[in-house]
Amino acid sequence: MPKWFLPLTGLCAVMFAASPFIIANADYEATMGLVQKIFYYHLPSAWIFLLSAIVCGIASARFLFRGSPRQDRLAYAAAELTVLFGAIVLVTGPLWARKAWGVWWQWDVRLTSSLMGWMVAWAYLLVRKYGGPGSDKLAAGLALFGMANVPFVYVSVNYWRTIHPATTVVPTLPVDMGLALWFSVACFLLLFVLLLRLRVHLEEQRARLDALYLSLDE
Amino acid sequence: MPARRSLGEGGFGRTAWLVLRKDLMVEVRSLEIAYTTLFFAISCVLFFAFALVKEGKAPEDGAAGILWIAIAFAGTLALGRTFERERQSETLRALLMAPADRPAIYVGKLLGIIALLSVAELVLVPLVAFLFQAPLLSHPFWLSAVLISGTVGFSAVGTLFSAMLVRARSRDVLLPVLLYPITVPVIIAGVRATAALLEPDVELSLVRFWVALLLALDVVFVTLALWTFEPLMTD
Amino acid sequence: MRFLLRRATETRRHGVCFVRAVGISVLLLCAPLAAQQPQPQPQQQDEFVPVSQLPAQDQLPAAPLLVSAYAFVWIVLFAYLTSVARRLSRVQREVARLESDMKRGTHG
Repeated sequence: MPKWFLPLTGLCAVMFAASPFIIANADYEATMGLVQKIFYYHLPSAWIFLLSAIVCGIASARFLFRGSPRQDRLAYAAAELTVLFGAIVLVTGPLWARKAWGVWWQWDVRLTSSLMGWMVAWAYLLVRKYGGPGSDKLAAGLALFGMANVPFVYVSVNYWRTIHPATTVVPTLPVDMGLALWFSVACFLLLFVLLLRLRVHLEEQRARLDALYLSLDE
Repeated sequence: MPARRSLGEGGFGRTAWLVLRKDLMVEVRSLEIAYTTLFFAISCVLFFAFALVKEGKAPEDGAAGILWIAIAFAGTLALGRTFERERQSETLRALLMAPADRPAIYVGKLLGIIALLSVAELVLVPLVAFLFQAPLLSHPFWLSAVLISGTVGFSAVGTLFSAMLVRARSRDVLLPVLLYPITVPVIIAGVRATAALLEPDVELSLVRFWVALLLALDVVFVTLALWTFEPLMTD
Repeated sequence: MRFLLRRATETRRHGVCFVRAVGISVLLLCAPLAAQQPQPQPQQQDEFVPVSQLPAQDQLPAAPLLVSAYAFVWIVLFAYLTSVARRLSRVQREVARLESDMKRGTHG
């Protein structure tokens, strides 16, 4: 593991511990009140969910067209993180929606396409686990289609009639809410980088184990 | 199967046509996949009819959804069966070893699947219209546009994934796992467009919007598939 | 190759357990959601009385939702870290075991 890993892990832990206090300091939203504070974890998770899908897609493309096993390991790690952060988005969202919209779930564009992107990530993991030989390329092909979904998820809320807030909310945030949000974004981004590095390390160790078994059988 | 010129000459279109012709000829001889797919699609629709009919009446907006679900299920079955046949006679490997443009092989296979699904839809549309009292045949041009663009999108992704899965383990289970999440936008757009066509006063602008979305999805999916077919099929 | 066979049977067993676990957790998760739906039967009213803001005790309390959301995030992150750590230690143990076997093999 690289030298920066442990100190940055410490920093990330401290930032996360501090985040509830910073979030509590931000103003309440006029119509949604206390429950809107879920926003400060829901939105960064959503951004990391989409970012992770993009990382997986790009790594998959590089693996498919250049055959680099390093990119394959990165893609596998990114897919797992897409499932993780997607789960966070898809649970914190409905918890917020129950109070703000009165329903747990709505089949609008943003929610449907996010759920779909999440399922693609799950399918990636299932294929890697149960697909047998050649499943790495199969999953890489799938990841490319999953990445094509990401811009649609982001932009959909601006062009369809939906109850989900539009993307104009973030640029127009008042200062103290903006501060809390960007602090949370920094927390989650750092966490994403650390988790990605850790998960890639696991894949590297697995590759090392496979190489050892192969040399043993020779 | 003798060809007057070798596969390498004559380029993309000719290769695709030869692959398509081969598939059609093999299929026409036994009609195995056509019959089984059609039967499965009809049973699907009947199942929905039995499950959803209350007091002798079908649900009001059920027809559009049921039609597309039947197409999706029948399509999955057809895809699985088509490539299983390839796998059993090892013809896919032979095709890939031929000095032909890989993407052309993909296009040939894709056109075969589209042809098969179109035949199924020719039977399904009147059946659904009859069982669910839905005026599906009132705008035949727009319905055809919706069905064709939806079928192309679904088949584009399906052909790619089925071809990829030919040598994989658990391929029967993995095809729906891979295919359904990706084709959700196609199904949604297809159902919404068909439902819009079933309204008493049809809003053609809405139907045009959904067809445009379907066509955009088709372009994205076919482009992605053509781009990735070669690296995905090489060992 | 022994290890491929071992991995294959392990994976198959894991596969069955995994599917069963997913099925059971889906069923368990649906139960509390379904339980939330039914409300007590209200009395029949003769006329409707408008009010612009619901009194505090009738509004859905926000605090449990907020706390659950944050708790979920932390629990899930912690569970993931545990899972990665466990997998990593298992692989590293296996690597160490193999390397010591090989060293003994070359020196033995």
